[in-house]
Amino acid sequence: MADPDQADIGGEPSLRFRDDEPSDEPAVTLDSFLTDPGNATAVRIEAGDDARALLPHLARLSLVEVSFPSFRDGRGYSAARVLREAGYAGELRAAGDVLVDQLPLMRRCGFDSFAPEAEIDADALARALERHEVRYQRAADAALPAWRLRHG
Amino acid sequence: MYRYDEYDQSAVDARVEEFRDQVARRLSGQLTEDQFKPLRLMNGLYLQLHAYMLRVAVPYGTVSSRQMRMLGHIARRYDRGYGHFTTRQNIQFNWIKLEDAPDILAELATVEMHAIQTSGNCIRNISADQFAGAAADEVADPRPWAELLRQWSTFHPEFSYLPRKFKIAVIAADEDRAAMRLHDIGLKLVERDGVLGAEVYAGGGMGRTPMVAPLIRDFVPADDLLSYLEAALRVYNRYGRRDNIYKARIKILIHEIGADAYRAQVEDEFAAVKALGIDPPAAELARITEMFALPPLDRQAPDAVDRSDPDFAVWLDQNVRPHKVPNHAVVTVSLKPAGGIPGDASADQIDLMADLAERYGHDELRVTHAQNIVLPHVAKRDLHAVWTALAAAGLAEANLDLISDIIACPGLDYCSLANARSIPLAQKIQARFAEPERQRDLGELKLKISGCINACGHHHAGHIGVLGVDRKGVENFQLLLGGSGAEDASLGRIAGPGFSEDGVVDAIERVTDRYLAVREDGERFLDTYRRVGFETFKEAIYG
Amino acid sequence: MKLLTGNDLASGDVVWWTGQGWSRHLGDAVDVGHDGEALARAEEGARRVNVPYVIEATATPDGPRPAHIKDRIRALGPTVRPDLSLKPADPAAGAWVI
Repeated sequence: MADPDQADIGGEPSLRFRDDEPSDEPAVTLDSFLTDPGNATAVRIEAGDDARALLPHLARLSLVEVSFPSFRDGRGYSAARVLREAGYAGELRAAGDVLVDQLPLMRRCGFDSFAPEAEIDADALARALERHEVRYQRAADAALPAWRLRHG
Repeated sequence: MYRYDEYDQSAVDARVEEFRDQVARRLSGQLTEDQFKPLRLMNGLYLQLHAYMLRVAVPYGTVSSRQMRMLGHIARRYDRGYGHFTTRQNIQFNWIKLEDAPDILAELATVEMHAIQTSGNCIRNISADQFAGAAADEVADPRPWAELLRQWSTFHPEFSYLPRKFKIAVIAADEDRAAMRLHDIGLKLVERDGVLGAEVYAGGGMGRTPMVAPLIRDFVPADDLLSYLEAALRVYNRYGRRDNIYKARIKILIHEIGADAYRAQVEDEFAAVKALGIDPPAAELARITEMFALPPLDRQAPDAVDRSDPDFAVWLDQNVRPHKVPNHAVVTVSLKPAGGIPGDASADQIDLMADLAERYGHDELRVTHAQNIVLPHVAKRDLHAVWTALAAAGLAEANLDLISDIIACPGLDYCSLANARSIPLAQKIQARFAEPERQRDLGELKLKISGCINACGHHHAGHIGVLGVDRKGVENFQLLLGGSGAEDASLGRIAGPGFSEDGVVDAIERVTDRYLAVREDGERFLDTYRRVGFETFKEAIYG
Repeated sequence: MKLLTGNDLASGDVVWWTGQGWSRHLGDAVDVGHDGEALARAEEGARRVNVPYVIEATATPDGPRPAHIKDRIRALGPTVRPDLSLKPADPAAGAWVI
């Protein structure tokens, strides 16, 4: 019964920064989605996939999950921003080797939910998220960069 | 120079607390070394051969006297009384304890300094021409641009986990004094139809596979710069290799897909990114630029210099360059005394340089990529007093750009990556060529030593380069000829089989003897080499 | 002989396995034989050492001498700053490294 083209996300993410109901659709692989989207509303992007392939389909997606096979592999940050810049408003989830210290950067790139492999310390995370008040550059979040605060 | 406002200060203060938290979690075991390593690298903290080493950022090589004093204080309080100035215009402290690192960063933050992104797979210190602001040949001061880029790149959320390190240099004159073409991205400020912008080069670098950066964009106006670089970095982040650290730099990507393909990708991405409002208003660059206005130089100061002291005259001719304002001069303080350690300065010397900058130099100093210090704004009438003070402190070696002005990485004496010691070799070369008149006769001869293939000593860009290798457990040295990091960028060519430490000193002498034998009037070593060719020198070395 | 070495986590000091614990002095180092890897993992897991690894050395009347010059420099200190080495007063120390 299980569809071999559907990636198993293994349950709810443990960290979610959205108000809407989480999608309970299993995420399909990008290849599978592009070949035949069917009714799929959730897609999983691997680190080496080109997120731009989803740009024509954003309106129908409620979840895009981006894989971080290693926390050192930063391709997912670009994938996330590209999707947000194109207007994707659904859930954007970082999954895999996702650690506390990268979460604030991931939030700035537009991720709003997280499925880390290892448990995340809630206290460490709370401190990390509120630590930096100043941002120097525009990203996918709503933060105004310093130059905007300086010049209005 | 740039002065922090509340936003800049908030950013470094937050970073200090963030790192303090990360260190605490490392010490308690919440973070493994594997998880902690990229975090400490992004705060400039290496684990080196003897201890942790901290690389403090000197943004585009500009530092105030107050900041220099803090570096001297760090050296005394937390290290072993000295610091090492690097080929990327930063300073390194070699004997740091991890448990002290947060306090060190906190102290640095009180004088607007940090160690942010001086290591790690992220955008590093933006380097610039050490004579910026004082040079008559520059189109504009490149440092405001470097500062704009410093802020843009700091904690950049998309580019903190790149395939590899990323180094940017900015120049603004035809003469390239910052080895711009040997950077991942090099910018040359130019003016076109009254608009200030930059030529963009990408894909240069040294290391295992040295390359000179090709031109990627003929002109990017200031208003588009950050969007364009955002696009350039995004393409690299997307396609740079992650399977092999020796093939992960952007130079490999551009070499493999070609400059045209890379350029096209960047233009595509730029078209999308430009619409997002990433570029700050012109007012921001103007705000920064204002802070780099020339200090209030005394335009009435006398222009004449008393040359009657012969030692002073020698130093004057070698280490002092013209300033764009008459009756002022640009002083290079040599950190290459005979028998010393290239680029090292004791805490006392650091304090002295700070004092001289305060008293005679409008509080400003520069770090050069050749590991020397510059006082960029000295009135000519004060040159003798400056020299006298420098001489008393062992800082008046008159060898700028001469053979004893050696660029050398720390090498196997300090670095866990090294294959051979570079400092003792530098000392032996200095000893062999000790005679000042002999050095001056040889003239401009940029000798650069790297203790391993990572090329932190920039040996590929040396007129004479030396690379230390490990030959069955014994230190061995390869000689390279004809490299240049200037606007005539070229990569040195390996002469032949390697030498022992003493052997390579002899070989270098055979090279310089051959140069003297065949040179024509006015030719530097590099000019003669390029005219007569590699074979002549190879024959001189190996017979 | 095989020596187990690493760095003290908090200070960064170079340390050597003595059989019971970690010493800053090469002279205290013991031959770990084939047990180096297992010891390394256990000690690192307990945070009594950072990034430990095994090196080759020869036993001499003056104590263990690491086989590779890099490890000897690491054991003693920079050859160009004998005053900062572990044996600043020993004129023979430099020759021992090289």
